Amino acid sequence: MQSLILRTATRLVVALMLIFSLFLLWRGHNLPGGGFIGSLVAATAFALYSMADGPAAVRRALRIDPRLIAVIGLMTALIAGLWAALAGVPFLTGLWNKIPLGEGAELPLGTPLLFDIGVYLTVLGGVLSLLLALEESEVDDDRLD
Amino acid sequence: MSWLPVLSVLVPLTTAVLGLAASGSARVQRGLTLFGSTVFLAVALALLSAVWQHGPVAAQMGDWAAPFGITLIADTLSAAMVLITAITGLACAVYAAGDIDDGRRRQGFYPMLQFLLAGVSGAFVTGDVFNLYVWFEVMLISSFALMSLGAGRRQIDGAVKYVALNLVSTLLFLAAIGLLYGMTGTLNFADLHGAVQEVDNPGLLAAVAVMFLVAFGIKSAVFPLFFWLPASYHTPPMAIAAVFSGLLTKVGVYALIRIFTIVFTDEALGDHFAYVQGLLLWIAGLTMVTGVLGAACQSDIRRILSFHIISQIGYMVMGLALYTTLGLVGAVFYLLHHIVVKANLFLVAGVIERLTGSFELKRIGGLYAVSPLLAVLFLIPAFSLAGFPPLSGFWAKFVLVRAGLEVESWWIVAAALVVGLLTIFSMTKIWGEAFWKPHPGGTAALSLPAGRRAGVAVGPLVAPIAALALITITIGLFAQPLYLLAERAAAELLDPTAYITAVFGSLPVEPAVVEPTPAAEAP
Repeated sequence: MQSLILRTATRLVVALMLIFSLFLLWRGHNLPGGGFIGSLVAATAFALYSMADGPAAVRRALRIDPRLIAVIGLMTALIAGLWAALAGVPFLTGLWNKIPLGEGAELPLGTPLLFDIGVYLTVLGGVLSLLLALEESEVDDDRLD
Repeated sequence: MSWLPVLSVLVPLTTAVLGLAASGSARVQRGLTLFGSTVFLAVALALLSAVWQHGPVAAQMGDWAAPFGITLIADTLSAAMVLITAITGLACAVYAAGDIDDGRRRQGFYPMLQFLLAGVSGAFVTGDVFNLYVWFEVMLISSFALMSLGAGRRQIDGAVKYVALNLVSTLLFLAAIGLLYGMTGTLNFADLHGAVQEVDNPGLLAAVAVMFLVAFGIKSAVFPLFFWLPASYHTPPMAIAAVFSGLLTKVGVYALIRIFTIVFTDEALGDHFAYVQGLLLWIAGLTMVTGVLGAACQSDIRRILSFHIISQIGYMVMGLALYTTLGLVGAVFYLLHHIVVKANLFLVAGVIERLTGSFELKRIGGLYAVSPLLAVLFLIPAFSLAGFPPLSGFWAKFVLVRAGLEVESWWIVAAALVVGLLTIFSMTKIWGEAFWKPHPGGTAALSLPAGRRAGVAVGPLVAPIAALALITITIGLFAQPLYLLAERAAAELLDPTAYITAVFGSLPVEPAVVEPTPAAEAP
């Protein structure tokens, strides 16, 4: 689709949506949100981008093959679950590591977040590889006509 | 030890993910798959031996106590099923080296096979109904991908029928889960066992039981619901069809056995139990008869074998429907023996096609002269399927017939015996047409070009067939160990005390030993 309005607006909206998706991922631990929802918002952003500028632009922006993103995500989730084996507790048990920030504040980093990031990447990679495959076959069809 | 049920899902899952990461090289993928399948087999053996020694083994995911968390549990039946899954998976992975073309490998055959095995294995070790549904979905998605790899027109046609009808089943399954949860407030098998007995509405409970029966009935291809199976199983390559025919329908049968022994027991359903049992018995009989009659009028080897899956499912359901210890022993024995035999027959069919160029009985023949070894390797699973002594199928049928006679259910025994006879008819038809009759194109059409072509890749094809045939003979000649295994599985099914203690017994005694919980610690 060639539309100046869409392309200009997309540039702004995509950036906002991607930031919002990361925000959802972060806040999802205790509040509505999480890896799954966050990645769907990110996938929507890329879908919008591909409508405005075409699937090739999306692939350039991603730099890596979406299928690979999904594989990395699956691995991350598996590692997050297996981390528990090192601590001798059942699979997927949440483990926490607190990083002191000074003045009594601390940043708890844990395997649930790692697992959520895994989910985020898996869903993002999966949805995008489907979406781009469909968009690209559409481009091919247009060329045939 | 409590990691063993987890590993039986994680090993194939990790193999699949690593396989996807190595999607650039088919050779690395194949090596990974063979390695992963071997590890899976080792884990399955360790699981069965742990269960045999210590009783059911449970694991609580994320250290959340049952019934609130997700429980994985393996009792004797689950562990034995996981072992058979691992054996079938390894056999088909080896066979695939000579059967699956480069195109399908590039599209991800090996990882999809492992995802499927993870799904099957997960369904066997899951401890709650909802995760059973999740694993069914994993199986459905990966089997759909496997079935449509290569995307031949006929294959897509088969795959769409397969998925459409299985979606109906999963939808019904999900609805039934919702109703069950509404009535009991829990979905954990061990918890449900007690909870359903407090439901004050046996009629509604029986209706939900029948919904589960229909949902699992579609999955396991029983009498009025089997039509998706012959419409799709003959389309994919034989390495894939063998996994499907061996495992997928049997997961449905497993689910039926599980849910009717731990949730919808005679105590829970009360007066309605006799109704459900009668329904199961009719389904069993009609499944046997229609399956075998359907097979009798086919002339494509793959279709004959597909219809025989249906007829054999009838025997397993019969064992469940009799609902005696001996009946369940028969069902479990049949389940275990049948997976090996059926997968093997499909693998043999693949070699037959390789050597003769067709699955159509009218167009092939003369195989006995070319390959007497293959003829013997076909006879073993074929006669076992029909129930010839001393092969594994004989004992399976023997136990079921005994169980039927015990409760004086004459007509189902008669049906079982007649269907056995008709199975011999189908198997001798394949034997006569494919092996004894001269090839319609003359011997030249068969032995020279096809024989030489097959000589190249026949090694990885014949090795798993021979291994599975050996298992069939071993079960046949030394039936006692498997019988004892089935007997113990049946005893655990009819008295789930050990199962329930395993699920709840692993509760942490002192809450203090638990790691800081995420809810308390998170910002």
